[in-house]
Amino acid sequence: MTTVTLTRGGDFPAPFWNRVWSVLLWSLVWLFVLNVAAVVASVAVDSFGTRWFGTWLPEGFTTKWYFSAWDEFQLDDVLIVTIKVVASVVLVSVGLGVPAAYALARREFAGKRTILLLLVLPVLVPTITYGVPLATLLYRVNLGGTLAGVICANLVPTVPFVVLVMTPFIEQIDQRLESAARVCGAGTWGVFRYVLVPLLAPGIMAASLLVLVRSIGMFELTFLTAGPDSQTLVVSLYAAAFSAGIRANQSLDALAVVYMVSSLFWLIIALRFVNPVQLVARVKD
Amino acid sequence: MATGPIDGNFEILKLDGVTRRFAGITALDGLDLTIKRGEFIALLGPSGCGKSTALNCLAGLLPLTDGGIWLDDRRIDVLRPEQRGFGMVFQSYALFPHMTVRKNIGFGLMMRKVAKADIDKRVAEALRMVRLEAHADKLPGQLSGGQQQRVAIARAIVVQPPLVLMDEPLSNLDAKLRLEMRVEIRRIHKELGRSTIYVTHDQDEALSLADRIVVLHDGKVQQVGSPEDLYARPANHEVARFMGYQNSLTLDVVGGGDGETRLAGPGMVVQGIGQVPSGRAIASIRPEDLVAGAEGVNTIDVRVTGAEYAGREFVGTAVTQDNQPVIFRSPRRISTDELVRLSVPTDRVRVFAEAQR
Amino acid sequence: MSSLAAPGGGIAGSKPGWRASLGWDGTTLLILPAVCFVLAFFVFPCLYGLVLSFMPLKGGVFDNYIRFFSESRFYSTIWKTLLIALPATLANVFLALPIAFALRKTSRYQRIVTAILVVPITLGTVLVAQGLLGYLGPNGWFMRLLMTLHVIDAPFRLTHNYTGVLLSLIITGFPFSFLLTLSYVTGIDPMLAKAAATLGASPWTQFKQIYLPLLAPGLAMGFCLAFVQSFAVFPSAVLLGEPAGTTRVMALAVYQLAYEDYNAPMAAAGAMVMGAVQLIVVSCVLGLRGLFYRGPVGGTKG
Repeated sequence: MTTVTLTRGGDFPAPFWNRVWSVLLWSLVWLFVLNVAAVVASVAVDSFGTRWFGTWLPEGFTTKWYFSAWDEFQLDDVLIVTIKVVASVVLVSVGLGVPAAYALARREFAGKRTILLLLVLPVLVPTITYGVPLATLLYRVNLGGTLAGVICANLVPTVPFVVLVMTPFIEQIDQRLESAARVCGAGTWGVFRYVLVPLLAPGIMAASLLVLVRSIGMFELTFLTAGPDSQTLVVSLYAAAFSAGIRANQSLDALAVVYMVSSLFWLIIALRFVNPVQLVARVKD
Repeated sequence: MATGPIDGNFEILKLDGVTRRFAGITALDGLDLTIKRGEFIALLGPSGCGKSTALNCLAGLLPLTDGGIWLDDRRIDVLRPEQRGFGMVFQSYALFPHMTVRKNIGFGLMMRKVAKADIDKRVAEALRMVRLEAHADKLPGQLSGGQQQRVAIARAIVVQPPLVLMDEPLSNLDAKLRLEMRVEIRRIHKELGRSTIYVTHDQDEALSLADRIVVLHDGKVQQVGSPEDLYARPANHEVARFMGYQNSLTLDVVGGGDGETRLAGPGMVVQGIGQVPSGRAIASIRPEDLVAGAEGVNTIDVRVTGAEYAGREFVGTAVTQDNQPVIFRSPRRISTDELVRLSVPTDRVRVFAEAQR
Repeated sequence: MSSLAAPGGGIAGSKPGWRASLGWDGTTLLILPAVCFVLAFFVFPCLYGLVLSFMPLKGGVFDNYIRFFSESRFYSTIWKTLLIALPATLANVFLALPIAFALRKTSRYQRIVTAILVVPITLGTVLVAQGLLGYLGPNGWFMRLLMTLHVIDAPFRLTHNYTGVLLSLIITGFPFSFLLTLSYVTGIDPMLAKAAATLGASPWTQFKQIYLPLLAPGLAMGFCLAFVQSFAVFPSAVLLGEPAGTTRVMALAVYQLAYEDYNAPMAAAGAMVMGAVQLIVVSCVLGLRGLFYRGPVGGTKG
């Protein structure tokens, strides 16, 4: 110990290779972030550009593509459909998922493992595998291409998601609080109204926001079941991109920006209330 | 720069003004302490007093903000924990859940690249010492709290560290097990002949285990001394409170001399050991020294607010005329709102200057 | 169900009987709507698809499957999909692990970086594909930058091929793997690493001996979930790849069978093969998981 570097208040100096490693790691992270930012920015810049070819930036800037995109893609209809679909998916999946999560968190019963497996399965099976037969079925019962059909298809992954998010949340609420309320004379309704609802509210809100963020971008299932009148934003974006060349690329990018803004808006709201880790359902055994 | 853990024993471990601040809050303020080889030191204090901070600084889990730690003439506070080679027993045990008891105990030896046969021998020895031979191949999750605790101790001592650090190791055990483990810890310390630093908030543990006790409060050392020292001559009322002086009465100084001070308050006249020239002072008295109904030099008039039967006697809670709480013992039944005159021998009262805040 | 726990805290007053003996009471019934939904809209379609796949438009019971495995435009999609999905998933899991590990300590910094890394999850595959077309295209910023820096003389192709699809799957899949890994990493009691440190373990050894074995089951599960995601994705394969060539993935083949050939039974057969392939990969990975410790990792006290 001839020379020592003193640290004051911080952490100990890391061994040399650890420092090299952490520099490499963070360079990688920033490379990733910068590239993603560039991807997003190139869409955004193009949507505001007049003519852009072979230069760093477009020749001029305009907002006209947004107006043309609005007309070309009937954005008002698409947005209304999207709002309807997303809102219904959120409401129904919370309505179905939260009671189920409550039962799973509070009770031990015969067949619990089977039911858990049943609820986890939609997360582990590729969407196309059940999406294609589901769409075929929906068309058979004349639900294919309708708003109701799209909503049902989107609910398949979100109901299990709500159950997976809410079960641990309910487990950490002390069950004795409910017993205490009963001892204090509250009936089932009273327990529900004055104990459960206030305690569950933050969890339900988190789950709703998470479902919301996820269902805006849910592509495959909507795509398989949607008809001309029941396209959501992400599906019309795909349809537009698929038939690129028919329309100006800029109005396509304008549509993409509309999608991105609506998606990011809710993500930012969601991140204020939930831990980002919750965006993914953590499947237990 | 040395990379391997420190080996071998030491003569003197010196903490020199060890200070740790977290975001402007001083958790530990200038701890000076010299520990001789083989000593058992207890760091005693209420939660948040800085005792765990001190231990973590020693273990290397927290860097110091100021000061230094010296092992003989080698400065160690700049070393990372894995370079210090101390053994540590964590409050939560922190046993590796995926390793068997045997693997857990052998981990430190494996890190020191001890030969396989040697590891087996020393682990077996450690298992015998903590009496867990029968559980060697279980996972920690299959053991009871007391057994996990003994694994944690075995894991810390098997590497024969010059210093063993223990962070409230008994706080997760029930009362009976706590007493048993206390004896075990003392026995193991004796058997090893290494130094131990033991953090606790339980004065009984500290008094029964330690050669010397360091009382901490608000990050500052209040007193360092042998258990007998602290018990008989607490340096201030914080230490006194820890040594069983549960009553602290704040009174006016009215006279004194010859190492004693005379205090008075509404319905109270108290004389005790300790020199405070003037102003306000604190009289610290143990509940068992307060005698109900007797007359004497020191009298305290109180109104009983509660009484509890405690087997041999009653434990009363009461308030003085200026509403200071008092706890006392009484051989006869007492009832609420009864007015009682308590008395206490002068040599059982300790007087301290009011704490400087 | 091997052991039946006592009816957990059943409120007095509920009727006893066979239901109660199985632990079923009023509260338990709350699970039924969700279960019925999953049965109706997930299990039933799956079974329907399975049955449908054995009822080809013409030919015998197994003709759809025979056709799938004899025509190269179908069976080749299996390895084309695996060739894209496996590297993308592996890349994501092994990128996510060190980054999540570096961010394991809770702090403001952790929250901000996490939030930034999460953004691509909401962009979705379609937008990322569209963005990559512009960014990596011959006139995009990426090529311009490389040319300005004289790394390359002329733009090379990163889109409308295998690389483009792989990149887009990594971008959209990374946040998912990262968040999952982060949740597993933060679930491990940091005291364990500290304990290992006091016993002489260097940071690398702490990672290798403590974190890695405890994380392994979680990583395996994370791999499976991430794999499901990249396995079923097809917008990027169409928009960003060569949908007629190297990136003709299974999902695309199944889609075309159903919506372009209007051959629902054949599409169902394709969907079932897809499910089976997925199942094989997942069970292989989860089987490996059995080799590791899988108990609680949040500290050893009960």
